[in-house]
Amino acid sequence: MKLDQVARSLLLKEFVSGFFLAMKYFFKPKATINYPFEMGHRGPRFRGEHALRRYPNGEERCIACKLCEAICPAQAITIEAGPRRNDGTRRTTRYDIDMVKCIYCGMCQEACPVDAIVEGPNFEFSVETREELLYDKEKLLANGDRWEREIARNIALDAPYR
Amino acid sequence: MTKILIDGTEVDVPADYTLLQACEVAGAEIPRFCFHERLSIAGNCRMCLVELKGAPKPVASCAYAVKDCRPGPNGEPPEVLTRSGTTKKAREGVMEFLLINHPLDCPICDQGGHCDLQDQAMAYGVDSTRYQENKRAVEEKYIGPLVRTAMNRCIHCTRCVRFLAEVAGVPDLGAIGRGEDMEITSYLEQAMGSELQGNVADLCPVGALVHKPQSYNVRPWELHKTESVDVMDAVGSAIRVDARGREVMQIEPRISEEINEEWISDKTRHVVDGLRLQRLDRPFLRENGRLRPASWGEAFAAIAAKLKGTDPKRVGALVGDLAGVEEIFALKALMGSLGVTNLDARQTGEALDPAWGRAAYTLGATIPGIEQADAILIVGANPRTEASLLNVRIRKRWRMAPVSIGLILDEQPDLTYPYTYLGAGTDTLASIAKGEHSFLDVLKTAERPLVIVGEGGLGALAAAAALAQDVGAVTDGWNGFGVLNTAAARVGALDLGFVPGEGGLTFSQMLEPGALDVVFNLGADERVIGPGAFVIYQGTHGDAGASRADVILPGAAYTEKSATYVNLEGRVQMANRASFPPGDAREDWAILRALSDVLGKRLPYDSLAALRKALYADYPHLAAVGQVEPSDAAAALATLAGLPGDTAKSAFSSPVADFYLTNPIARASRVLAECSGLARGRALEAAE
Repeated sequence: MKLDQVARSLLLKEFVSGFFLAMKYFFKPKATINYPFEMGHRGPRFRGEHALRRYPNGEERCIACKLCEAICPAQAITIEAGPRRNDGTRRTTRYDIDMVKCIYCGMCQEACPVDAIVEGPNFEFSVETREELLYDKEKLLANGDRWEREIARNIALDAPYR
Repeated sequence: MTKILIDGTEVDVPADYTLLQACEVAGAEIPRFCFHERLSIAGNCRMCLVELKGAPKPVASCAYAVKDCRPGPNGEPPEVLTRSGTTKKAREGVMEFLLINHPLDCPICDQGGHCDLQDQAMAYGVDSTRYQENKRAVEEKYIGPLVRTAMNRCIHCTRCVRFLAEVAGVPDLGAIGRGEDMEITSYLEQAMGSELQGNVADLCPVGALVHKPQSYNVRPWELHKTESVDVMDAVGSAIRVDARGREVMQIEPRISEEINEEWISDKTRHVVDGLRLQRLDRPFLRENGRLRPASWGEAFAAIAAKLKGTDPKRVGALVGDLAGVEEIFALKALMGSLGVTNLDARQTGEALDPAWGRAAYTLGATIPGIEQADAILIVGANPRTEASLLNVRIRKRWRMAPVSIGLILDEQPDLTYPYTYLGAGTDTLASIAKGEHSFLDVLKTAERPLVIVGEGGLGALAAAAALAQDVGAVTDGWNGFGVLNTAAARVGALDLGFVPGEGGLTFSQMLEPGALDVVFNLGADERVIGPGAFVIYQGTHGDAGASRADVILPGAAYTEKSATYVNLEGRVQMANRASFPPGDAREDWAILRALSDVLGKRLPYDSLAALRKALYADYPHLAAVGQVEPSDAAAALATLAGLPGDTAKSAFSSPVADFYLTNPIARASRVLAECSGLARGRALEAAE
């Protein structure tokens, strides 16, 4: 056994350096967050739960062009369209997204010519039954109403890059 | 023939070809909006510009004849460049002009996905606009219940105007104003008065005219397309049935030079909603005077119990207007095994008899053959309502070169071409035959006279045949005598001989109260069975036949089964399945096969293929799909002319009272009901 090895073991060098490393990380700011009470950062392009938006005057944006349905690689979107009863404009009579099929690729919002279908910042929509993940138009519009402020902000933030 | 160089390849084309046709011969694709093969040349969209060597500027190839091209200085053939820089620049310029006023509303336009402008803008358009001013705005027009307008999108190709004026024969659309102010309009905001108006939306290269009933419903990419044939009339137009999932969404024409070219009638096209409404989707049994839903087993058991103690002489079978050959064959075999001779498929036209030969109940001249006729006599038919596309052919013939057309009918309908009204009925026919009327000379001097007898004129079939024989309507290579059937099933049923056997009752006799104890009704809804009989109705819709029935067996409509139909020329055609029958409904031949098992007379085929094998063994001509089996017209005509003539004086009236409501599917359709109402209103207006 050599002398330096003896000295290292006698002076507990590994222990001391390990202790200081532990202490360094002990006093550093934490990388983890206390999730349900704290939220991590989400960029403006975050692709979460879908929402159907409205115009500021309350008119729904979707014009039933069916481009999102056509582009959806998972075929999660089902649309039926027809003239709206009161004014005869082109609207969806059914807009369903199967959130179980959805792969959150964001193609639908890319395809949408009027920014009606968007993937909002919300990812906390776990449910207890599968049926609750079959979203209909009512649910999507309600999502849009709930998240409009965040969605509008995200679109504005992302606009310079488009 | 003239030689011409197109993109360096030399082609030899007739001198009267246009440059566009010559380019197509050479395989060069020319973009176009206003040009259409079956319409006159307008030359107003300018999209088909090509560079012609020696010409000072690009020329519109659709309106420039090959013979007008100047040869080169040393007599070289004229040279056309379709891919040169000048051509491309010219077309891009035209496209930019077209897009100046075309709104950017493709996402809400029904034409999106099958739009000529959209497709060609991909090739010749630029991605930005240099136009800063406001776009033109044009008011929407009302032009009928079947076509919706979005006139902002109109690019003024005038295809719709030309179609209505030339093919449909009603001058209901026109253009007013010039340049940017040009508008397509029906002048007085009235509906188009044509039974072919749906075709203008097909012709429209943009989304200015679109089909109103299926507004916003479908996108072309989500449809499953099935080629089939129409059964609304006996013409058997070639159609394409477009379904989404299990639902038929639209019916479009298919190009078929032999039958409908590329047009279909509005009834053919807009019967789609009738396929969904009023459907029989489960068997029913009548108990205590009311129909109640039942299972197949119950329904079959009720039929078996009723048939068990019934004398076959007191049993009859009727076939309606929409049945396919397969189920008629199965029904005939089943009734044959039961010993039933009371069979009839002639809901109208009871005078026809397959024993006279096939030429005696078909239109042997064929529909394209009409174009060869040089004098036409129509006896007891209104071809415009009974067979719209046959009428289109007669009009096409008349437009090629005016031809003498005579009509004997109890009314003077607008047939869209001028005709000589000869009289109303048998008297007129007799006086023509005797030579008291100059029309006899017209027919006699004609090389290829054509005598068409409608179902309304069948009472005088013998007299008409004698006249046709007299004027030499049937010669070598020309069969100018024919019967105009109105029902898709009729010719097929007559081919199979589905007529009363020895001592059997005819259709009318079977309808008499108390004539029969059990009637098997395969989809005959136009005539009501008298009280007394136990009626088994097999059909698709809750119509007159179903309300009279004691047992209802739900069958498949023509879009829901593969079935053979024989059209009025005798052409064998195949309808294909585009969707499935609703609920418990089944294909008709399969129902009859299952019933035969319960009755203890099992039919010897377990699949459609096996049934067809048996069918083709018995009737080999049915195997030749798409063909008209040649028949001995001269012999048939001689037989007909030799029949004892009906001496009773009567007027000929068309069997089609309302064009839009001739069968149970059409009667279930809301769109056709609206059309029918409008047509009635027009008729009243005209009468005032």
